[in-house]
Amino acid sequence: MDPQTYAVRVENVFEGPMDLLVHLIRKHELDIYDIPIGLITEQYLQYLDWMKALNIDLAGDFLVMAATLAQIKSRMLLPAHGEGDPEAEDPRLAIVRPLAEYMQMKAAAEALARRSILGEQTFTHPTARDEHEWDPDPSMIRVGLFELIEAFQQVIERIGPAHQVDLQADTISIKERIGQIVDLLEDAGSLAFDELFQATAHRVEVIVTFLAVLEMARLELIEIVQSSQTGIIRIFYR
Amino acid sequence: MSEDLGAILEGLLFAAEGPLNLGTLAEVIGTGDQEGLRRALESLAEEYENRGGGFYLQQVAGGYQLRSRPRFHPWIRRLRGIGAPRLSRAALETLAIVAYRQPVVRAEIEAVRGVDCGGVLRMLLERRLIRVMGRREIPGRPLLYGTTRIFLEVFELRDLKDLPTLKEIKELSSDPGQPVATGSAADCQESVPLQESGKKP
Repeated sequence: MDPQTYAVRVENVFEGPMDLLVHLIRKHELDIYDIPIGLITEQYLQYLDWMKALNIDLAGDFLVMAATLAQIKSRMLLPAHGEGDPEAEDPRLAIVRPLAEYMQMKAAAEALARRSILGEQTFTHPTARDEHEWDPDPSMIRVGLFELIEAFQQVIERIGPAHQVDLQADTISIKERIGQIVDLLEDAGSLAFDELFQATAHRVEVIVTFLAVLEMARLELIEIVQSSQTGIIRIFYR
Repeated sequence: MSEDLGAILEGLLFAAEGPLNLGTLAEVIGTGDQEGLRRALESLAEEYENRGGGFYLQQVAGGYQLRSRPRFHPWIRRLRGIGAPRLSRAALETLAIVAYRQPVVRAEIEAVRGVDCGGVLRMLLERRLIRVMGRREIPGRPLLYGTTRIFLEVFELRDLKDLPTLKEIKELSSDPGQPVATGSAADCQESVPLQESGKKP
């Protein structure tokens, strides 16, 4: 017989050590800027014991937090170094700052949850969103780097020598360009490679755009395919 | 004509696959008078409010969309075979951090939540509520995350500025007598159950 046949699977328990702290603070209605560190540490360790007893898998994070609490507690017991030093920090700040930030984000998450969430509280027409996820068409082939470079050379040739490299201020970064392309793709679902390059664009912009496309492909944000008939390269948002 | 316009708009909203913005509507209808369209949409919205029927007109992600009223969600869920809500508390917390701190890297999210967020981030990416916005130019070049247009659609936001500020949220949640943990409406607790067990080995 398997001795482990009966295992309690507890849901709705604490997500992590921060949740446990928030729970304890709310339960005792404590002011997070004046935490009685002894009480909290003791309670925290008690919960860990219960969780162990209940066979709940304890993540290492819980133990790290226990150590942090114990350390703060011991530092509180020590006399402050350098008497009258106004710079001497309350050791509890090490835990108060992250706690305050976490509670703020928790409140933000709760505010999000109170909204009418599409697909949970409110519904609209079943959208055709899934349809424009890329449907592999047999006449399309995934494009290789060489085809891409070839297409890029064509774009550069089309721009011609009239636009010399002209380094002015206000050139766009690759990161910004990725953001713009994502916006375009969110609207259209897919774009022809040529559409990304305006004929009037500066060479620098063209290069930035090309590098942005390569980076996006590497991050697997996009799928680049070429039609075997027309040779047109298209970029699909994944 | 204005009656016609209302009916045309209603038809378009009914048949649309996503939120319709004023630009698209003006183009489809063939008018340059976006202000007139906006007024017509407003009076449609009002009409739906007065009627109190099964749907309403919502301004979302820069457009307009017909949506079913939240109080009918139990029936619609049954119709669509949708079980428990799909956004766990972990997902909502992660999403809130991304929304308010974007562009943000995974380490920053984990620093706030104090737990590993890899799985949650992957799920949010798959559901397209967040997106990769690039990389931060620091050692390791970590990915930067931000929210998407779908995030706006799902949470009925016109744009990111439509999110309540953290200060507003704080004022709301520090109301005396109202514990921070619970929402104001009874049914919203139902909407945030915890599906995921805390930790998987």
